[in-house]
Amino acid sequence: MKSILFSLLLWFCALPAMAALDPAVVKQLAADESDDKIAAIQQLAASADKDAARVLKALSEDALFVSGDTVYLLDGEKPVDAASGALIQPAPESYDAITINNRIRSELSNAIAALRLFNPDRAVRLAAARELQSNAGIELVPVLARALAKEGDPEIKALLKLAHAQSSLGSPDAGLRLTAVEALADSASANAKNLLLPLLDATNEPDERVRKAAKTSLKAIESSLALGETVGQIFSGLSLGSILLLAALGLAITYGVMGVINMAHGELLMVGAYATYFTQGIFRTYFPAYLDWYVVAAVPAAFLAAALVGMALERTVIRKLYGRPLETLLATWGLSLILIQAARVLFGAQNVELANPSWMSGGVEVLAGMVLPWNRIVIIGFTLFVLALVWVLMNRTRLGMFVRAVTQNRPMAGCVGVPTGRIDTLAFGLGAGIAGLGGVALSQIANVGPDMGQGYIVDSFMVVVLGGVGQLAGAVWAALGLGIVTKFLEGWAGAVIAKIAVLVFIIIFIQKRPQGLFALKGRFVES
Amino acid sequence: MRTPFVIRFLSAMPRSGWIAMALFALITLVVMPALHLFMPTDSPFYVSNYVITLGGKLMCYAIVAVAMDLIWGYAGILSLGHGVFFSLGGYAFGMYLMRQIGTDGSYHSHLPDFMVFLDWKELPWYWAGTDSILWSIVLVLVVPALVAYIFGYFAFRSRIKGVYFSIITQALTFAAMLFFFRNETGFGGNNGFTDFKRILGYDITSPETRVILFGLSALVLMLTLLLGRYLVTSKFGRVLAAIRDAESRVMFIGYNPLHFKLFVWTLSAVLCAVAGALYVPQVGIINPSEMSPANGIEIAIWVAVGGRGTLIGPIIGAAIVNLSKSYFTVAFPEYWLFFLGALFVMVTLWLPEGVVGLWKRWTKKGQA
Amino acid sequence: MNTKIESHWDGSAPATGHMLQPGLDISHKVVLYLDDISVSFDGFKALNNLSLTIDAGELRCIIGPNGAGKTTMMDVITGKTRPDSGTCFFGQTIDLTRMTEPEIAHAGIGRKFQKPTIFENHTVFENLELAMKMDKRAFTSLFAWLGKEGRDKISDTLRLIRLDHEADRLAGLLSHGQKQWLEIGMLLMQEPRLLLLDEPVAGMTDDETERTGELFKSLAGKHSLVVVEHDMAFIEQLGGKVTVLHEGSVLAEGNLADVQADPRVIEVYLGR
Repeated sequence: MKSILFSLLLWFCALPAMAALDPAVVKQLAADESDDKIAAIQQLAASADKDAARVLKALSEDALFVSGDTVYLLDGEKPVDAASGALIQPAPESYDAITINNRIRSELSNAIAALRLFNPDRAVRLAAARELQSNAGIELVPVLARALAKEGDPEIKALLKLAHAQSSLGSPDAGLRLTAVEALADSASANAKNLLLPLLDATNEPDERVRKAAKTSLKAIESSLALGETVGQIFSGLSLGSILLLAALGLAITYGVMGVINMAHGELLMVGAYATYFTQGIFRTYFPAYLDWYVVAAVPAAFLAAALVGMALERTVIRKLYGRPLETLLATWGLSLILIQAARVLFGAQNVELANPSWMSGGVEVLAGMVLPWNRIVIIGFTLFVLALVWVLMNRTRLGMFVRAVTQNRPMAGCVGVPTGRIDTLAFGLGAGIAGLGGVALSQIANVGPDMGQGYIVDSFMVVVLGGVGQLAGAVWAALGLGIVTKFLEGWAGAVIAKIAVLVFIIIFIQKRPQGLFALKGRFVES
Repeated sequence: MRTPFVIRFLSAMPRSGWIAMALFALITLVVMPALHLFMPTDSPFYVSNYVITLGGKLMCYAIVAVAMDLIWGYAGILSLGHGVFFSLGGYAFGMYLMRQIGTDGSYHSHLPDFMVFLDWKELPWYWAGTDSILWSIVLVLVVPALVAYIFGYFAFRSRIKGVYFSIITQALTFAAMLFFFRNETGFGGNNGFTDFKRILGYDITSPETRVILFGLSALVLMLTLLLGRYLVTSKFGRVLAAIRDAESRVMFIGYNPLHFKLFVWTLSAVLCAVAGALYVPQVGIINPSEMSPANGIEIAIWVAVGGRGTLIGPIIGAAIVNLSKSYFTVAFPEYWLFFLGALFVMVTLWLPEGVVGLWKRWTKKGQA
Repeated sequence: MNTKIESHWDGSAPATGHMLQPGLDISHKVVLYLDDISVSFDGFKALNNLSLTIDAGELRCIIGPNGAGKTTMMDVITGKTRPDSGTCFFGQTIDLTRMTEPEIAHAGIGRKFQKPTIFENHTVFENLELAMKMDKRAFTSLFAWLGKEGRDKISDTLRLIRLDHEADRLAGLLSHGQKQWLEIGMLLMQEPRLLLLDEPVAGMTDDETERTGELFKSLAGKHSLVVVEHDMAFIEQLGGKVTVLHEGSVLAEGNLADVQADPRVIEVYLGR
């Protein structure tokens, strides 16, 4: 709010010479009767004139004065005629501040908001439109109509439409109300719905045509609301799915392809997230001008950090436990405890602050009243990028070929000269690095703290198990499917029940298809 | 068949085992209670409250460890979900303890405080009968058994094993924890059950009650050990180990592994639940964090440290890990996780047979 | 020695509680029917309309190159793999495609794996004890007590498989050939009507192989045996009918000399 006021002030100061307002109206501001003052305020607001805003603002700050017939305000130290903007010389000797009461004050704030609707700054207009949502009176209809005609931004436009319709509904003219009701049909918001609901009742709305139109509009709103809700759920499902996928992709390599059950996988995500935090710190200190781009620099940093940690774990511990999955599970759990505690010691037990870069804040409106946040969109895109990267690495590079060779037939791969030991380390490093990338994405939407990884380990395993071990494509479908199903269940039963339902579903699913969605069949499976 | 059964039972343990057990019974059922109750508190022989509580806790953990070893050490099934069964037992008995508070809670209502806080007007249906200790004991035994049986039936029927099974039990744990965290499921949400006042009308913190709970824990531990001993030396135990080593061979000679696994799995769950029910009145609190996946997996490390596939190992392991925990969390709280983590790694890397294995190796060397 | 052991096998099956054990009906002198069985794994046809019958008391050898479907056929008979189509009957009445592995084992089919599968952490004695024909339900095993009769049976078998001096050793410590014999011994303890033996003499010395052959021949008649082998000398020693599998179906059938002379068989073994 402060920044809005500030930009408003800036805008006022930057004004060139003022154009003239109707002196009679301006003078009426100084009338004795409140009703007269209000009428003048409304007239000024309706004019949608930039200067009117300045006058009204002065009035609201008790900085509008009257001296004889002249209404003036202070431009800095100098008195200026409120209507013409001309300097008054000499300064009037006796003057009164124009007083206002609460009724006038509320009129004024509406009027000022209405005038701000013409501000070139989008944020100011948006705030003004929001302000006018609940209490715009009939007198603002013309100014709202004008603002509506001029407005280009869809989000503000939708708000204005609502405000306009609402103010028109107060009109005694049934025709005007009818137009308003009809206009609401294509604004898909819960507010519009609430506005229309009382109109179905004859005690609130005497005119039958309006009541009928309200019914039609309500139906239209409800169906587009339902559509919006579905689209919204699919989107948040995709978003959750992409996060699950990012968290699980690394695991799909280390567990799915290499068969290493790594319970410290969540902590590799954490390493990636802390690497992002660290990068942010470096940018803050050394390149503050490019702070917005720290996330981009964090991508390779997190990959490297997590990959190095992963390779260290592989070399020191995991390597010695190949072929003993249950022992690997326990040992890597121990490693995860050590990593968590190390993070606590290094960075403190509290969550650390990560700022969203400006280009990731805000959103894009796809449907009326439905805004998709940029950070989620960026993460979906990032997931696609990581997915492509993994696919290329596994299927189009020598490393990928070696990894597949080693996992399919280790002794044979060794015989044809593949350095199996080094390949294991590199492959594990790759999986860990991918987890680090997941950590970058998570740092933008979730808390970054020492325990953050623990929450993802079960989910990640579920994705890999559901998708079918060793199947990257399976992991993709499983993650997206789980994401969307979870979000729909959440809408229907709440977050925790949804989570439990999904876990139960997976447990039952694995009964039916123990090999996952993309089952490998045959004699070789069991061995 | 009567005679062989008795012989079988007695021969389940070597004589030295029976002697050790008698000694243990003497200490826990006679000596320690007597020293606690009848020694003046300033005497060097006085056994303090702290020791009694800690000992009781350790014995509950030891029961859990033996139960865990029955399925992991002998049947090769690593469960990360035993925290759930422990907590289910704890919650079932906690319900009774909550009812025993009566109207002495902060709100002086006949409802537990958390229900008053949620503005509930009456007990949910599943709280019916929990004012009776007998019914609570039935719940302690039956609910975890049912949960384990149903879950195990589906899991073992579709031949889920190895790491797969472990991961699914962890998911079960996670789901159960979320379920108990909810306020509206009627188990006190975040805070769980606490502020117990009485058990069977007796003050729950009085030395006599503590000693009885302590003795009960010791008794149950000994029974668990005997039962386990009987089980693993019976043909059932041999089939179980055979399933662990070569499941398909077991099937092709005509055993259905499902029933064997299911039996030992359910039994293990029930033993855990009994331990949980004994644990809650001694510790005075049960909450959902008891079910956290971390707790479930920690049980496995007790067993691994002591030595799986032996029955005494898990008891030693539970004692070692938990005593170190008590020590570390007071002396060097920030190093506890480092220590625990390193324990996980070191035991799996260098001590696959645990402390008992180490001991066996030493004594063998001594003989040779 | 052999006669004494067989005296146990003559006895009718003791009651084993509720485990499915219908009487084996071999009134048509056929113990096993495989009819038009197909199994495929991800598009690969492991068995392709395989039809085969084994007569009661027969000793049948099955040969075929790698991937011919020998192991898959055994998997189908023992219930490990369900066929995509086709029927598989044990005697006239027992439909094997509807039964689980333990049920099939109880019905009287024993199987020896290609790689010896024994319980390595159990003693030789315990291995045989576990395999012995008896009530194998979980609950009864809790109270099972090995009586004198059972001990005698085990020691007879121990002597037969020449492991009587190794009875208390861990099975994992035996030599490869001894493990093969132990597995055969376990099979005998099950008292099956049909024995499926996957490469039973692999890794045995010549002497052991010969004795194994003698044992199998002595079993034939009362039992039916299906032996999968690559060792032609051993097959010759057994002297039964030979079936050649190729790409999941029967390529040729007859005595060894005829089969070896069959140009299609030569083509399959040498042609590629």
